[in-house]
Amino acid sequence: MNNINSHSARPENGEWAVEAHGLVKVFGDNRAVDGVDLNVKAGTIYGVLGPNGAGKTTTIRMLATLLRPDAGSAQIFGHDVMKEPQIVRQLIGVTGQYASVDETLSAIENLVIFGRLLGLGRKEAKQKADELLEEFGLTEAAKRPLKNFSGGMRRRLDLAASLISEPPLIFLDEPTTGLDPRTRNQMWETIRLLVKNGSTILLTTQYLQEADELADRIAVIDRGRVVAEGTGDELKASIGRSSLQLKIQNPLDFEKARRIVEQVLGVKSNVSPEGGKITAPMADADRVTDLLIALRAVGIQLEELSVQKPSLDEVFLAITGHGVKDEKQDPTEEMEVSV
Amino acid sequence: MNQTLTGKISERKLRNRTSFLQALRNSLTMAYRGLLKIRRTPEQLFDVTFQPIIFTLMFTYIFGGAISGNVHNYLPVIIPGILVQSVITTSIVTGVQLREDMDKGVFDRFKSLPIARIAPLAGALLADTIRYTIATTLTFLMGYIMGYRPDGGLGCVVIAGLMVIVCSWCISWIFAFFGVMARNATSVQGISMLVLFPLTFLSNAFVPVETMPDWLQWFVKINPISHLVTAVRDLANSGSIGWDFSISLIGAAVIVIIFAPITVKAYMRKA
Repeated sequence: MNNINSHSARPENGEWAVEAHGLVKVFGDNRAVDGVDLNVKAGTIYGVLGPNGAGKTTTIRMLATLLRPDAGSAQIFGHDVMKEPQIVRQLIGVTGQYASVDETLSAIENLVIFGRLLGLGRKEAKQKADELLEEFGLTEAAKRPLKNFSGGMRRRLDLAASLISEPPLIFLDEPTTGLDPRTRNQMWETIRLLVKNGSTILLTTQYLQEADELADRIAVIDRGRVVAEGTGDELKASIGRSSLQLKIQNPLDFEKARRIVEQVLGVKSNVSPEGGKITAPMADADRVTDLLIALRAVGIQLEELSVQKPSLDEVFLAITGHGVKDEKQDPTEEMEVSV
Repeated sequence: MNQTLTGKISERKLRNRTSFLQALRNSLTMAYRGLLKIRRTPEQLFDVTFQPIIFTLMFTYIFGGAISGNVHNYLPVIIPGILVQSVITTSIVTGVQLREDMDKGVFDRFKSLPIARIAPLAGALLADTIRYTIATTLTFLMGYIMGYRPDGGLGCVVIAGLMVIVCSWCISWIFAFFGVMARNATSVQGISMLVLFPLTFLSNAFVPVETMPDWLQWFVKINPISHLVTAVRDLANSGSIGWDFSISLIGAAVIVIIFAPITVKAYMRKA
């Protein structure tokens, strides 16, 4: 019974919230998005994972009718973004990387204006604004100008503004970048709740952990292309559960050490972009003991060894064979790369 | 959280076109937003408050004696002239502020909403009529204080004021276009001044046309600003509505018909 209900809450005109094929966007001689395919099932969270400048924001902007694709096609619940943009806009909510709310106005004024624009009456708009402020814990700050809002409050208000029309599909562009861990967890809770209530969410993130935590499926995007796609588990399986980092004392032993690592762990190793470190995916952290014994047996002396959760950098090393740091930066985005 | 978030798509009335009524409603909401912004930052109104006062005082006392023999006789000539010049100059600020506004994230949200595309622009321009109203009122008030008693009476002065406000709103679409096209706010200011300065001074706003060389008279007579100034003078000083009144409004309408669509188009194309 429950199952049937949750299913009927989904759109009836097909189960895909997003279908994009071969999306391309070129800025000058920079192919920001270079043939992206995305299929997002209705009622799920879909994560688009990649470093700055990979084309995440540009992809979202095309899907949200903010940017016209140079090639390819995209449908939102079966409606073409280029032919029926105004219909698509009635089905989506967009929360951008930088809060898209009015700085000079108060929180409640912002929400009332968006509500009025969406066709609500004066009273309804006010009521909806009050409701959302309450839900997002902003009631106390409702009348204060946004200039005094913290980053987390701004994001919450921004998300609240995207929910006024109760859109079935919500785009979240890096919803937690720059938030402290506590506010980030709150945002995650909110996102989960939204999906529980039937919304579909497409979010972008630079953090593997975030995609892993939230998304049903993840697309890894690099230089404007989708380089891997699957569930979190599938992705992790491809790069190992944890990651070994090894530095040895004598550089002459480097190749020998790499061979031993590959033999013992049975995987391909990489050299970290900073150089000097051998990195390798590990399915089982326990194997490190075997490795240490093997290294001692041939007399290779260690300088440093650590076993970590795989970082985005390693996902990239594993999938693309090049690190995040040699990524060509999109000039419009910040240079800072979080790993 | 709200259970209705499920938002069944089949229950939504989806239309790919916005009606005229919706466009109007959206524009008025955007105008309301503009007024709220002005209320929050009243310092934005400094220029429309002080420019009419200072310019009216300066021009009247500097040129009055030279052009009309004395200040009193010059007032019916200069007040309509300075009114048109002040209010139209004010409309440049519309373009500048629009540029600054568009650089902020909130315009991204406006674009992603299912609202009429013209609304964010028309609304911003509409809110600025409050600026024109302030400038108009202050100019007439300064004139009155200095001894200007328009023969057309209060009714005609009000009509003249409204006409200037309407025409300035129409003209502000030109500067809105510059605002959308330009890279930053400073260049909007620069381009707009470059266009407006010759237009307002090469007109009959400050001096009688007959004193100018023939070739310049030719330009002054076709200059739309001259027609607007003449229309205001006719209304305020003699209570008459003539050809200049009609041509001013027609010209203003033509500006909107040309510039509103290309401005919206340029606005849509800008990412």
